[in-house]
Amino acid sequence: MNLHHNKTFAIGGVHPEDQKLSAGVPIAPLPLPKTVTIPILQHIGAPAKIVVQRGDAVKTGQIIATHEGFVSSNIHSSVSGRIGIIEEVMDSSGFKHTAISIRVKGDDWEESIDRSETLVEEIKLTPKEIVARIMEAGVVGMGGAAFPSHVKLSVPEGKHVEYLLINGVECEPYLTADHRLMLEKPKEIIVGIKILMKALGVEKAIIGIEDNKSDAVELFQEVLKNEKGITVEALEVHYPQGGEKQLIQALLNREVPSGGLPADVGAIVHNVGTTFAIYEAVQKNKPLIDRVVTVTGKSVKQPSNFLVRIGTPVIDLLIAAGGVPEDTGKIVSGGPMMGKAIADLDVPIAKGTSGILLIPKEESMRAEVYNCVHCGKCIEACPMGLEPYRLLILSKKGNHERAKEEHILDCIECGSCAFVCPSNRPILDYIRLGKTQVRKLKKV
Amino acid sequence: MNSVILYTIISLTAIGIVAAVVIYFVSKKFAVQEDERIGKVEQVLPSTNCGGCGQPGCHAFAKAVVEAGDLSALHCPVGGNAVMKQVAEILGIQAVERDPYIAIVRCSGSFEYRKKTNIYDGESSCKIAATLYSGDTGCAYGCLGMGDCVEVCDFEAMYMDEKTGLPVVIEDKCTACNACVKECPKEILELWPKGKKNQRIYVACLNEEKGSTARKECAVACSGCSKCFEACRYDAITMENNLAHIDFEKCKLCMECVDTCDVHNIITANVTPEKIQAANEQRLKREERTRKKKEEEKLAAAAAKQTSNEPAPQ
Amino acid sequence: MSTGLLTVSPSPHVHTELTVPQIMRGVVFAMMPAFAFSIYNFGLGAVYVTFLAIIFCIAIEYGIAKFLLHKPASIYDGSAIITGMLLAFNVPSNLPWYLIFIGSAVSIGIGKMSFGGLGNNPFNPALVGRVFLLLSFPVQMTSWPTAGPTWSLDAVTSATPLGILKDGMRGGEPMEKLMGEMPSYSDFFFGLQGGSLGEMSAFALLLGLIYMLYRKIVTWHIPVSMIATVAIMTGIFWLIDPSKYANPLFHVLTGGVMLGAVFMATDYVTSPFTHRGMLIFGFGIGVLTVLIRLFGSYPEGVSFAILIMNAFVPMINRFVKQPRYGEVKSMQ
Repeated sequence: MNLHHNKTFAIGGVHPEDQKLSAGVPIAPLPLPKTVTIPILQHIGAPAKIVVQRGDAVKTGQIIATHEGFVSSNIHSSVSGRIGIIEEVMDSSGFKHTAISIRVKGDDWEESIDRSETLVEEIKLTPKEIVARIMEAGVVGMGGAAFPSHVKLSVPEGKHVEYLLINGVECEPYLTADHRLMLEKPKEIIVGIKILMKALGVEKAIIGIEDNKSDAVELFQEVLKNEKGITVEALEVHYPQGGEKQLIQALLNREVPSGGLPADVGAIVHNVGTTFAIYEAVQKNKPLIDRVVTVTGKSVKQPSNFLVRIGTPVIDLLIAAGGVPEDTGKIVSGGPMMGKAIADLDVPIAKGTSGILLIPKEESMRAEVYNCVHCGKCIEACPMGLEPYRLLILSKKGNHERAKEEHILDCIECGSCAFVCPSNRPILDYIRLGKTQVRKLKKV
Repeated sequence: MNSVILYTIISLTAIGIVAAVVIYFVSKKFAVQEDERIGKVEQVLPSTNCGGCGQPGCHAFAKAVVEAGDLSALHCPVGGNAVMKQVAEILGIQAVERDPYIAIVRCSGSFEYRKKTNIYDGESSCKIAATLYSGDTGCAYGCLGMGDCVEVCDFEAMYMDEKTGLPVVIEDKCTACNACVKECPKEILELWPKGKKNQRIYVACLNEEKGSTARKECAVACSGCSKCFEACRYDAITMENNLAHIDFEKCKLCMECVDTCDVHNIITANVTPEKIQAANEQRLKREERTRKKKEEEKLAAAAAKQTSNEPAPQ
Repeated sequence: MSTGLLTVSPSPHVHTELTVPQIMRGVVFAMMPAFAFSIYNFGLGAVYVTFLAIIFCIAIEYGIAKFLLHKPASIYDGSAIITGMLLAFNVPSNLPWYLIFIGSAVSIGIGKMSFGGLGNNPFNPALVGRVFLLLSFPVQMTSWPTAGPTWSLDAVTSATPLGILKDGMRGGEPMEKLMGEMPSYSDFFFGLQGGSLGEMSAFALLLGLIYMLYRKIVTWHIPVSMIATVAIMTGIFWLIDPSKYANPLFHVLTGGVMLGAVFMATDYVTSPFTHRGMLIFGFGIGVLTVLIRLFGSYPEGVSFAILIMNAFVPMINRFVKQPRYGEVKSMQ
């Protein structure tokens, strides 16, 4: 092991405990549920337009909702069966949205999808065709942000992209979906990277992996031995290393200007799970209908990594992981730093659901809040170099113009400030509120 | 020692007097010149600077009124008609009378009727909870109960009822300044006319779910059964998205709809139960008469048909 | 599912272990070596003064919160205990109880509560109380019991090394003679010197500093910059004229420099946020301390220096900021 420090981003950051309880558990396909509930809004952008109705028979991989405009995504059936009721249901966002329920019958796939496991290395499509295929397949960012990938690949005029960065960092504690995917499907991921390089017209790609996944780092170094243009870089374990802006700073030593995009500094970042989905979409004609989801937590009987069909209710995953532990106090969709707590176990797995974390009762409630002691730890921790204690006060008092001047919109909501505050102040609660109010200001 | 104290007192007093004189002259010389009517108007305003008039403060309102020269678009809800009459007198213009308004709470989902489905542990603010999710009960439209509205009220006209978990508006203190209406992230509070004899009527629910779903979420939710809609003679009630809404412009306060609601969620203020009962009986009698009339018409139509079927006399 | 209702709250859902009560406990623990030494040096008087100060501070904070402000009292966060202890560390161990009460009342009432309680005060509360006592009751605040192992409450009073120095310099005596009258350097280091309760033993205070550094309660920036500035500045003057100025080691080990550097200047609420700001802060305190000691009429300047620099902290925070991501354009 090398003695020098691995690269990492320069400003802020914290070190929550790793808790990678499921890192050694291979991906297992989850048995098909009886019903799936597929929301029409699982991505950033406009909800998809429904093109089926109750009673229709559908096959696995068949399109059931089409993208509404450019910043939107196609939605496909993840199972075969009959369309059931289409109504508003509670999803992992905490609000009710329209979803299509499908009663599962068998597992009949669309004929055009290649279901074999053989690696397809030759990339036959042109760059434009690649982007079109990705759009057809409904691929979105699988790291959790769920931004439509074809939009990311459409680089605006005048911006020149030099590097493709692959985010294999998985900096959130507990989550291991990307880790397992990298260990089990490295060759497919590399083909996916080549597809992206072709689509973007770049010659250099770097895969960033945190060094608590040294097995993945070594595996990729081995597989990439004879590849030109693609390298792997081990990064220091440092939250939020997986944030797009932090990753670019760590790997390329460039900072995305405030209000700008990664393309402004010549980079495009894609999550490793998205890259795999792109391989499947382009080489196997398979739309985005399943994903790896980690089920984990200190009291979980069998922390696992499941390959889950989109729309499967969360309860199915919990039962497969050994049932819901008695002492469960909170269930989080995502990781502990940025994930969303859910209260309803019928909530469906969406394209951006990377993990389900069960937190025991004694760790679920917040501790007592004290006055701000001006210790400056939140300022030290903020990876965007902001002053969170100040943004809390400004948002609380409603001073939104001033909050905008203090760059509240640069906040990536990583939670480092609230994590580190010794007074347990609800800093991120108020910053989020402040951001929505500042955005309203902009419109007026 | 004594002379030191004496000199100190004399010198400080002298400085104080000189400073006072200087400040007096400076304040006169550099006083902001403005229409003296603005100052006069401002004197009669309540000076609460609540923003209920839409202007940033009482001074700004006084300025706007003097510049507009006309009271058709400007009204101080806190001072009400009494203050506006004084303002009109000062400016020598026509006073415009407006009906006084009051804030109403359009949710009846108390702890008793609306059960908690999860424990909310975030910061105790309705606005923050509303950005996170649809609430700690099954009803996504209901009051979140953390009192952002109470906090923002400048007139201490609101309080949270500990037993129900809902806000209560104190009739005599509410000035309809609109602060709580703007603050509530669920839009539960609304300004409503106080009404003749302080009587008013409204539907205290915002739930748009289908009947059975709504009732599962809250025992007194509006199920969209439309019985009130059918009972109203003045077309004042509309049904939209499984929810009844009373239009206060059309409502004649006849109170006939109140007892049609099976969960008593049409709320009245300052109306005696006897009046409601009487109105209900009136409605039932009227409906009985209409039904009888319809039956008679049916029989007459049937009889007429009979006679036309018989062969015409030769 | 038999878990009962689930909890929903905004992210993050995990938290670091270090909280305010834990930090307060850590600071009190770090003060224990100095406290133990003060008992060794001054006997039960030290215990008496410290406990009285703590009790008065807690009582006054509770009283003000409950009866004046009608707010729940925050005495459980431990900050009143620390203010009490630090106030005690800054006064002679023979201070009468009513002066301890006045000092506590000023520290908590004026120094802390009048600004809004924990976190809102611009000045170090213990120092506010201490300076108030020093200026209002100079005689009682400057007659220290003789240091030396003792268990009795009464003690013979004598002056501190800095006091001897200042009087001697005024009297025109040469430095070598004055230095000869002082205890040895090892006595200074371990704390066999006269002075206020907590300021004598550099060794005990260093133990406290090491503990707090280990627990990540404080960082090295303020103590190091403050002590280094004092050492370098007095060193320069000493090199220029050793007969007029004492050597840097003397200056660092005597008086309140060690106590100030470890516990008073590092108080979160009254010190800057960023590390660069802390270095400037420590530097400023060092400069002011040396100026007052060498050229001012008081023999000791640390308390005043810290209070003056406290006033500059908002300005330091305003101009010395963390670098912001995205501020520097990319190098393309």
